[in-house]
Amino acid sequence: MIQLENVSKRYLTKKALNAVSLQIEPGHIIGLIGSNGSGKSTTLKLIAGLIQPTAGTVLVDGRIATRRICDKVAYLSELDSYYSFFTVNQMVDFYAQTFRDFDRKKAKNMLDFMKLNGTQKVKHLSKGNRGRLKIVVTLSRNVPFVLMDEPLSGLDPIVRRSIVKSLISFIDLGKQTVILTTHELQEIEPLLDQVILIKNGGILAQENVDDLRSRENLSLTDWMVKHYGE
Amino acid sequence: MGDPFNASSPIYLQLCERIKNKMVRGEIRPGDRLPSVRDFAIDSGVNPNTVQHAYRALEETGIVEKRRGQGTFVTEDREILQRMRSGLRSRHISAFVQEMSAMGCSEAEMLEGIRQFFKTKGEQL
Repeated sequence: MIQLENVSKRYLTKKALNAVSLQIEPGHIIGLIGSNGSGKSTTLKLIAGLIQPTAGTVLVDGRIATRRICDKVAYLSELDSYYSFFTVNQMVDFYAQTFRDFDRKKAKNMLDFMKLNGTQKVKHLSKGNRGRLKIVVTLSRNVPFVLMDEPLSGLDPIVRRSIVKSLISFIDLGKQTVILTTHELQEIEPLLDQVILIKNGGILAQENVDDLRSRENLSLTDWMVKHYGE
Repeated sequence: MGDPFNASSPIYLQLCERIKNKMVRGEIRPGDRLPSVRDFAIDSGVNPNTVQHAYRALEETGIVEKRRGQGTFVTEDREILQRMRSGLRSRHISAFVQEMSAMGCSEAEMLEGIRQFFKTKGEQL
């Protein structure tokens, strides 16, 4: 379980999160949605232990999220962060050496599923294939929590679709929980069973997607627009 | 990936509808095993928890039954299936009639329209 208790985060003078309390139960795929600058990435980075809260506590399975929480949390950055001179296989090797929970067999299966060529240099990959490769190395870790910051942004519909499909195929919700941020709501909606709506550094709502649909008769996009009051 | 879902009704209900429609059309027959939750989820691009929810909802109506360790099977109880079929039929009819009434059609006009439809386009169905 992930718990945020009264968490605030300030970058110099700018408030990114404001006294947020949140509980995330395991076994779900959760969408963290909100406009640009609402605090989505900050929330993920706090859970991944990559940044520390200005106030409050972040707990992952009861442990305070520091850098060492990475043995429980896999994090996919929205930035492209890798050594561009690596080949695809070398990148997989690098991850396998870095993380003890890395599953090489799963990585191999996913590379095949994504039709990625292991001998190709990362810097020569198309943007779509770099997006796919990031997914492969993140999902190949057998960790209870998988965080993905904008896994679909800037990718074409075909790549987005293959990523959505790979998420369903390679995640084991009996053992894993996924939290992802996205603006591609329409595409990702059937994949989510929960959403957390965030605005100006505060949580507006946390909902089960199907409950939301039966109660409000709205798709996620419409629901978000309604809450943002635009 | 499967067809898109409509925006307003819960996805698990739409999955139930799809499965029922397949039963009515005979694509899934009494006693058949439904795909595993995981396969169905991958196939339709949906969260496995949502598929689970749909299977559970179907199970509650008796249309399918779970057999421990074997999977989920369509019931062989013809009566339940018959009831589902007539339920589905009356729902479609009432939706049709509502739409037509909203357009100001009378009963006679509707019936005449349907007859006309089958005369001209019926054989294409």
